[in-house]
Amino acid sequence: MTEPLLRVRDLKTYFVTEHGRGTARAVDGVSFDLYPGETLGLVGESGCGKTVTSLSILRLIPEPPGHIRPGSFIEFEGRNLLTLASRELRAIRGNQIAMIFQEPMTSLNPVFTVGDQIAEAAIVHQGLSRREARARAIEMLQLVGIPDPAEGVDRYPHQLSGGMCQRVMIAMALVCHPKLLIADEPTTALDVTIQAQILELLARLQAELGMAVMLITHDLGIVAGTADRVVVMYAGEVVEQAPTTDLFARPLHPYTEGLLASVPRIDAPAAGGSGGSGGPRGRLHSISGQVPAATAWPAGCRFHPRCPYAWGRCATEPPPLLDAGGGAPGTHTVRCWLVTEPGRRTARP
Amino acid sequence: MTTPLVDVQGLVKHFPGERGLFGLGAPRRVVRAVDGVSFAIAPGQTLGLVGESGCGKSTVGRSILRLIEPDAGRVTLDGTDVLATGARALRALRRRMQIVFQDPYGSLNPRMSVRQTLAEPVVLHRLAAGADVPKRIASLLGEVGLDPAFADAYPHQLSGGQRQRVGIARALSVEPQFLVLDEPVSALDVSVQAQVLNLLAELQRKRRLTYLFIAHDLAVVKHIADHVAVMYLGRIVEQAPVSGLYAGPRHPYTRSLLSAIPVPDPTAQRLRIALTGDVPSPAAPPPGCPFHPRCPHPKKNDRCRTERPSLREVTPGQLAACHFAEDPM
Amino acid sequence: MNLGKWLALAAAGAVALLAAAAVRRRAAASAAGRRFLAHPTATPGVFILAFFVTIALAAPFVALDPNSMPGIVDLRDRPPSVLHPLGTDVYSRDVWSRIVYGARISLGIGALATLVAVTVGAGVGAVAGYFRRWVDAALMRLVDVGLSMPRIFLLLMAVALWERVPLAPLVLLIGLTGWFGTSRLVRAEVLSLREREFVAAAQALGAGPARVIFRHVLPNAAAPIIVSAALGIGNVMLLEAGLSFLGIGVPSPAPSWGSLIYDGWQHMAAAPWTSTFPGLAIALVVMALNAVGDALRDALDPRQEGP
Repeated sequence: MTEPLLRVRDLKTYFVTEHGRGTARAVDGVSFDLYPGETLGLVGESGCGKTVTSLSILRLIPEPPGHIRPGSFIEFEGRNLLTLASRELRAIRGNQIAMIFQEPMTSLNPVFTVGDQIAEAAIVHQGLSRREARARAIEMLQLVGIPDPAEGVDRYPHQLSGGMCQRVMIAMALVCHPKLLIADEPTTALDVTIQAQILELLARLQAELGMAVMLITHDLGIVAGTADRVVVMYAGEVVEQAPTTDLFARPLHPYTEGLLASVPRIDAPAAGGSGGSGGPRGRLHSISGQVPAATAWPAGCRFHPRCPYAWGRCATEPPPLLDAGGGAPGTHTVRCWLVTEPGRRTARP
Repeated sequence: MTTPLVDVQGLVKHFPGERGLFGLGAPRRVVRAVDGVSFAIAPGQTLGLVGESGCGKSTVGRSILRLIEPDAGRVTLDGTDVLATGARALRALRRRMQIVFQDPYGSLNPRMSVRQTLAEPVVLHRLAAGADVPKRIASLLGEVGLDPAFADAYPHQLSGGQRQRVGIARALSVEPQFLVLDEPVSALDVSVQAQVLNLLAELQRKRRLTYLFIAHDLAVVKHIADHVAVMYLGRIVEQAPVSGLYAGPRHPYTRSLLSAIPVPDPTAQRLRIALTGDVPSPAAPPPGCPFHPRCPHPKKNDRCRTERPSLREVTPGQLAACHFAEDPM
Repeated sequence: MNLGKWLALAAAGAVALLAAAAVRRRAAASAAGRRFLAHPTATPGVFILAFFVTIALAAPFVALDPNSMPGIVDLRDRPPSVLHPLGTDVYSRDVWSRIVYGARISLGIGALATLVAVTVGAGVGAVAGYFRRWVDAALMRLVDVGLSMPRIFLLLMAVALWERVPLAPLVLLIGLTGWFGTSRLVRAEVLSLREREFVAAAQALGAGPARVIFRHVLPNAAAPIIVSAALGIGNVMLLEAGLSFLGIGVPSPAPSWGSLIYDGWQHMAAAPWTSTFPGLAIALVVMALNAVGDALRDALDPRQEGP
């Protein structure tokens, strides 16, 4: 059993909101492992804390109003990232751990050429000269599939399309061959055909460079196609964690179940006509209610107000992450009392 | 089909490109946002209009409502010629066709409470007065699944899903026959998306509404539409009843689009037909078939490079604009 | 100044303090208000403005007759004393009273002229920004012309034509020469607002341009308008003071602050207080207006989150 590349234990990141609206406990005790070379999908809707988790790993949270609570533990290759001095942390950012973001058009600096931005990481971390770094940039552009890289290296971001910008971002991130790439919703802002290209590119690069990828997304389809293991987040906590095939075959947490059931499927049979012809159109399953505010997480299990199976215990006792079988202990864990009382998982009305 | 409620013929909208220095240079190429689009929607039905960014689908929706004035074409709503209507009659006509926007954050006036937002159209079209107005507002809110207490809230106090519901209530307040839904769920979370889609379906049944559902998400469209039209670079490249399109697409672009959509099933074996290259700019469409530079059809030939295929009926009810529509990939 | 007046003055001060406290309390409830209060000069600015407005309104209670000349021989050019807290001028008129009554004139002109300027500016800017094309081009060329001419010369021209400009037309003229900058700001705001979807929604509902502009666009463009107004009042007061100082502003013996400075100018050596105190009053009020205007600009900045 290999050692995890990244170990996150009990991460808590809180934000102070103004005027006494309380503290927003955006990430409230998140733990997971990431192994070398694997793709971990971090799934959840807006407000669940997945982006804050990824920013916390690289300590990119603005110090006021946010802060990472003492007691949080993030270990990368055996070193605690939260206690590193700034200088050492900078040596890791962009070098061993790289990150790409959601909006490629706005994540690039508009006044520098694409080549300059890619070269910057090489210059800073590997001490290359400008000429060497430029050659490296051209290499990277080739690697990410930009046509005509020798010319493309002098382009500015506004001259490129969204898909091209995202490829440039990937090139920037990979220039130092990081061991871990954190991709925060990298394809959400892109068209679906471009999205497919970018995902394929990431998969190919991952195989070639042997790096681990933490893919943050709200799209279950992307996760199904690319991730080895999945971590589902809700209300600042991990609610389910399993290998991908297991999660989709046997979603145990009611939130995961609800999410999977409410996504319109391209592979489902088309519903009949509505209104004028034929019978009523099928209803999509939906999860009732909405995500609570981070300043006031519900007591007990945070999902209980929206859960179709909830009973008395759920409102008072917050469940820990429980082992749900499926192989070696810890393979499939769920934060739900149904694991201890499976008889209560009655069929939905 | 029975007499369509909405009939669009040859809709065209071009935007002049940017000029050179300080507005004095020669005008650059024209952006052909909508380049001859035609379709018809029967009463009570939903037409899904899909395509990627830049294909012109939003422009089509807004042109039908005359929020943007089209350059050419004919739009008929229940027999009335929309584009030829004068300014005064247009206001009355506007009652019959409404729009729901994509961005729940931008589509509500931040300085108006929900009550004011919903009262405005009611008062403007004299649909109720005095004490009837609050009753009507309460009933509208109930219809979209919001507690009447929300009437006093301001947009910044509401969630994305709630704002979208208010937007829908506003559109319904004038009792339209036809609703253009411009990516109404794209900006919402998955769980909220499902709630809003269910609401839209229910409202369509109850009020006998006709929808033009504009989206880029083919899975969502499959769930809600009766017919689907696929757009690429300002033109419709395929149009079919929903079952026909998803089971047997005839245009290579539709095929690629369908295969590119990620499916939440890790065991599904799907052949991903990867398109190379970027979505081209509508300011510079390729000659011949606009899709030919990216087309993965094995029989692509010179004819595709020079001759633009017209949208023609391949099987009854199913139209495609491809030289090889009879011989799909 | 007798005891009654002193008491009334103290009461006016108290009223101003209460007003400032009320504003503070009200502001603390909203995020925009808290951004306003984050400026250390905002609250003192509000207090100063409240004070001057209060004494201007309560002038008969806190001051003597500004035009009475009780002792033109023996009481003239007296330095500040208990009876005349800011001294007397060359005609033995009480400086304090003249300042108090002058506040009515100067503040009044400032407010009214700015009202004219902001109304015209917002109107022109909104129309130009909403309708665009030739309407926009024509209006903005007009604005360009207006901006290129120094305001004081425009006013000098008007005075040259009319000899002595009565008060009402003067206010109008000052207002009509000062709207150009506001119109540009409002136009910029309107240009961006008209692309917002709630404007399209209103149009789709059948609202006409007038309704869309007044009900939807302008309320959301309030920020530059309010800030323009706050800063504009200060500018107008300085302008009026300058005109009066040149002798072409408010006609004598009306005690506008600029006239007061003019009156005391020749006697600066003998009685410096006659010009200094009105000058200080102008400086205080204009600084307070600038402080409040600055704080408002930050408070109403749409890039910050939430109202």
